[in-house]
Amino acid sequence: MAAEDLELSAALIPDAAGRQPVLAARDLHKAYGRVVAMDGADFDLYPGEILGVIGDNGAGKSSMIAALAGAVRPDSGEIWLAGEQVRFANPMEARAKGIETVFQTLAMAPALTIVDNLFLGREYRKPGFRGRWLRALDRGRMRAEARKHLSELGLATIQNIDQVVETLSGGQRQGVAVARACAFGSRVIILDEPTAALGVKESRKVLDLILDVRRRGISIVLISHNMPHVFEIADRVHIHRLGRRIAQVRPDQISMSDAVAIMTGAMPPPTDDDQGRT
Amino acid sequence: MSSDDTPHFSEHAGPGRRVINFLHGNPTIIPFLVLVIGLAIFSLIVGKRFFHPFNLSLVLQQVTVIGMLALAQTLIILTAGIDLSVGAIMVLSSVAMGQMALTLGLPPEIALLAGIAVGAACGALNGLLITWLRLPPFIVTLGTWSIFNAFVQFWSGGQTIRQQEIAADAAILQWTGTALQLGAWRLTLGSVLMLGLAGLLWYMLNRTAYGRHIYAVGNDPEAARLSGISTRRVLFSVYLLAGAICGVAGWVLIGRIGAVSPLGGGSANLDSITAVVIGGTSLFGGRGSILGTLIGALIVGFFRNGLALAGLDVLWQEFSIGCLIIMAVGFDQWLRRISN
Amino acid sequence: MSKRSWLACGAAIATLCLGVSTAQAQDDILVGLITKTDTNPFFVKMREGASEKAKELGVKFQAFAGKFDGDNDTQVQAVENLIAAGAKGILIVASDTKAIVPTIQKARDAGLLVIALDTPLEPMDAAQATFATDNFHAGELIGEWARRSMGDEAASKAQVAFIDAHESQPTVDVARDQGFMKGFGIDIKDPARRGDEDDARIVGHEMGEGSEVGGRNGMETLLQKNFDVNVVYTINEPTAAGAWEALKAAGKADGSVLVTSVDGGCPGVKNVADGVIGATSMQFPLLMASLGVEAIVEHAKNGTVPAPSEGLTFTNTGVKLVTDKPVEGLESITSEEALKICWG
Repeated sequence: MAAEDLELSAALIPDAAGRQPVLAARDLHKAYGRVVAMDGADFDLYPGEILGVIGDNGAGKSSMIAALAGAVRPDSGEIWLAGEQVRFANPMEARAKGIETVFQTLAMAPALTIVDNLFLGREYRKPGFRGRWLRALDRGRMRAEARKHLSELGLATIQNIDQVVETLSGGQRQGVAVARACAFGSRVIILDEPTAALGVKESRKVLDLILDVRRRGISIVLISHNMPHVFEIADRVHIHRLGRRIAQVRPDQISMSDAVAIMTGAMPPPTDDDQGRT
Repeated sequence: MSSDDTPHFSEHAGPGRRVINFLHGNPTIIPFLVLVIGLAIFSLIVGKRFFHPFNLSLVLQQVTVIGMLALAQTLIILTAGIDLSVGAIMVLSSVAMGQMALTLGLPPEIALLAGIAVGAACGALNGLLITWLRLPPFIVTLGTWSIFNAFVQFWSGGQTIRQQEIAADAAILQWTGTALQLGAWRLTLGSVLMLGLAGLLWYMLNRTAYGRHIYAVGNDPEAARLSGISTRRVLFSVYLLAGAICGVAGWVLIGRIGAVSPLGGGSANLDSITAVVIGGTSLFGGRGSILGTLIGALIVGFFRNGLALAGLDVLWQEFSIGCLIIMAVGFDQWLRRISN
Repeated sequence: MSKRSWLACGAAIATLCLGVSTAQAQDDILVGLITKTDTNPFFVKMREGASEKAKELGVKFQAFAGKFDGDNDTQVQAVENLIAAGAKGILIVASDTKAIVPTIQKARDAGLLVIALDTPLEPMDAAQATFATDNFHAGELIGEWARRSMGDEAASKAQVAFIDAHESQPTVDVARDQGFMKGFGIDIKDPARRGDEDDARIVGHEMGEGSEVGGRNGMETLLQKNFDVNVVYTINEPTAAGAWEALKAAGKADGSVLVTSVDGGCPGVKNVADGVIGATSMQFPLLMASLGVEAIVEHAKNGTVPAPSEGLTFTNTGVKLVTDKPVEGLESITSEEALKICWG
C-alpha cells in the first residue's frame, strides 16, 4: 500500500471484531452550481451488516449513495472498498468491483423475461465457434443459473422463469431485482427504497429476503423512509443531514422517534465516539 | 435454511391468468390466427382459385418487397422508433444501382454493392440525427423522406432505365426476379432472399445478446442504460442496419418490376408500418417479432388478393386493412393494460 | 447640402426608381407550372418545355410538383404561393381534378390566367383554357388498333384487362379508359363514369397508380381472375412495363397478348420497338407546356384568352398512334419515326 493509503486508512476505524469497513468514504464533496449536495460526507459499512441510511428529502443521501455506486463523481473526497482506494467513472466499474445497486425503479425491462433481465448487459455466450462467431447466447446456462439464484433466495416457486417481468407482482419483481444484485459475486448491495411501493404482506417477504441475503455474507445498505422497516432489520443506522453524516446509531440503543428527530434537526446528534459500532 | 423461513412468492395462476401470461409471452399467436381465419374465409368465398399454390405463391411474391421493408421497420419499431423514409431509401438505392451500372459504367456487381451501401448510408444519417441530435425518429425520418426523394429525382433525372437495358448490361440487378419452380409453388429468388433475411434477423433478435439489447432499449431505455448497454450505439446500429436492408429491398424491387424507376415507393413507407403493426409488434417498443411481421405482411397481401378475386371494389381493401390495424393496436393495448 | 438640394436629390431618385420599375413591369411576368409529380418523365418534359419557352420570351418561371400522383395539398399550396408571388398565370396538371377547383377560383379572382394542362379540371371551365391531348381520342386510337388487330375475334374471343390509375376516377383516367372501350367496340354507357359497363369481354379494372409496381400487381391480379386475358389497356407506359413483367412471369409474353398504352415517352416508344407494347398513343407535353407559356404571356400583355380548338372545348395539342404493327384504315407512325419526336 502507498504511504498515502496507509495514512488515510488509519482514518478507517475497525469495528468491535477488528474488521475494516468493506465500503467507506471520507469527506466527500459535490456541488451542482450553487447547490451543495455533499458537504464533507462520511460513510462506513462493515462486513456482513445491514446499514440503514435515513435522511430527509434533500439531505443529500441520494448523492452520497450515487457516488458510492459510481453514478456520480464526487468533487473531492475518498472512497475505499475493502481497504483499497477506488475511483469509479461509471456504475459499471462499481459493479465490476462488486457494488450492486437495486434502484427504486428496479431497472428491469418489463417486456423481457426474468432470465433476460437477470443477465441484461452481461449475457453468457456459448463456448467456441457458436459463441464467438455466431454470437449465440447460452440460454441453457443462463436459465439454469437464474433458477439457482432464485431458489437460493427462496424464490423457486416463481412459476416460470421465462415469464415476462411485468406479469410478476411488485414483491416478486423486487425479489428478482435482489436476486440479480446477488448473482454476480457482489460484496455490497445497495437497496434504494425496496418496500416503498409494496403492500404489507409483500413488504414482509422482501424484508425476510434481505435478511436472507445478509445470511449469505453480503453487506447491505438499506435506504428507506420507512422507519419501522429500518429499525426492524438494520444493524446500524446512518443518519444523513445537510449533506453529511451527522450520526451513526444502533436501533437497539435509540428510539425511532429520536432517530427521526436527529434526522430533521429537532434533536442534536449523540456526542459519543462510539459511532454505534459495538 | 429450512423452507419455513425462506421467503417465497408462490402464486397459483388461474386459467384466465395463464392465458394472459401465455399471450404475453407469445403475442404472435393472434396475427397467426387472423391469417389462418382469413385464408379459410377467402378459400370458402373464392374457392380453388384462391387456395391454390400458384395464387398463394403469387401473393408471397407480391408482398416480398414490402415484406423486406417491413423487416427493417420491425427492428426500428422494436426500439420504440419509426422510420418514414424506408420507401425512399429503397428507391434511392435502386436508382443508385441502376445509374452506377448503366450510366456511370461501373461493373454491375460493384454497382449492386454500392447501391446497398447507399441504403446503409441513408440509414446511418437517420441514426446519427436521432442519436446525436436526439430528435424524435418520427420527425427525423419525415425530413429525410423528403431529402431522399429529392436525391432520387436528382440522380435519376426523372428517367426510368428500361428492363431491356438492364438485362443487356447489368443482368445481376434483376437476379432477384428469377423464378424458382418448386412443384406447384412458384417463388422468386427475391422471396427466398426475403425469407432468408427474416431467418437471419430472427436469429439475431432471439439468439444473440444484441437482439436482447434491442428489445431492452425499446422497452425500457433507462433499465438498459443502467445495465451498461450503450443505448446510442444500439439505436445507431439499428438504423444503419435498417438502411442496408432497404438497400437490398431496392435490389428486390428491380427484380420485381424489371426496370429502375424513380416512381413508386410512396405508399411503401406506410405499407411497411402496416405490416409490422398488424403482425403484433407494438409501436411503443420492446414487443414484437420478425415472424409477426412476416405474418402481418402476408395478411395484408392475402386480404388484398382475396378481396380482389372476390370481385369487390378496391375501397373495401383499404377498409379492411384499416380495420385490421385498429384491431391489432387495440389488442396490444389491452394486453398491456391488463398486466398492470 | 442645403435642404432644397436634398429634396431635389430625393425626388430625382424616386422618379428614377419609379421609371425603372415601370419599365421592368413588362419583363416581370411570372409564369407558374404545377405538375402532379416531378418524377414522371412526362412532367419533366413539360417543365423543360415551359422553362425554355419562358427563357425565350424573357419571362420568369417557377415550377412546383406534388409528392405523389394524387397529392392535392401540395398543389393547393403551390397555387397560393404563386398568387402571393404575383404570378400572371398558372399552368397546372391537376392531381385531383375536382378538389383543386376552389383554389383555382381564388387564382382567377386574383387576376391570374389559369390553364389546365393534360388533365381537364372538373368542371372543365374552372380553368379559362385547357391545353391537352384529347385523352378520349388517344384511348380510341389504341382501342381501334386492338380491335382491328384482332379482326373477327375481337367480338367473340377478346378478354380485356384494364389497368387504370386511381380509384377516384380523375378525368384523364376515365377519358382514356372510356375512349379505349369505344374504339374497341364496348358500349361505354356513361362516358364520364368508368365501371358502369357490363360487356362480358371485360375481365376487370385494377388500379396501378401509374407506376411499374402497380402495373405488375394489377396485371397479376387480373390474370388470376381470368388467365385468358389477351388484350391489356394501361393508363400509361410505366404501368405497361410493369404489366409486361407479370405477363412474362406467367409465360404470356409471346405476342399472344396485345398490350396498349398512352404517352409516347421515349422509354415507351423503345418498348414498342421491343415488342413489349403493341401500340401507344403519343402525346406532346412539350408543346402543351410551351403553348401554355405563350398564352400566359399574351394574356399578360393584352388580356387575350386562348380559344379552344375547332369543335372542342379545349385546345388540342394532338396525338399520334405509334405502332410497329399498323392496321388497315388507321393512321400510325412507326417506333423509329416516333423516336425522333418522343419525350423523356
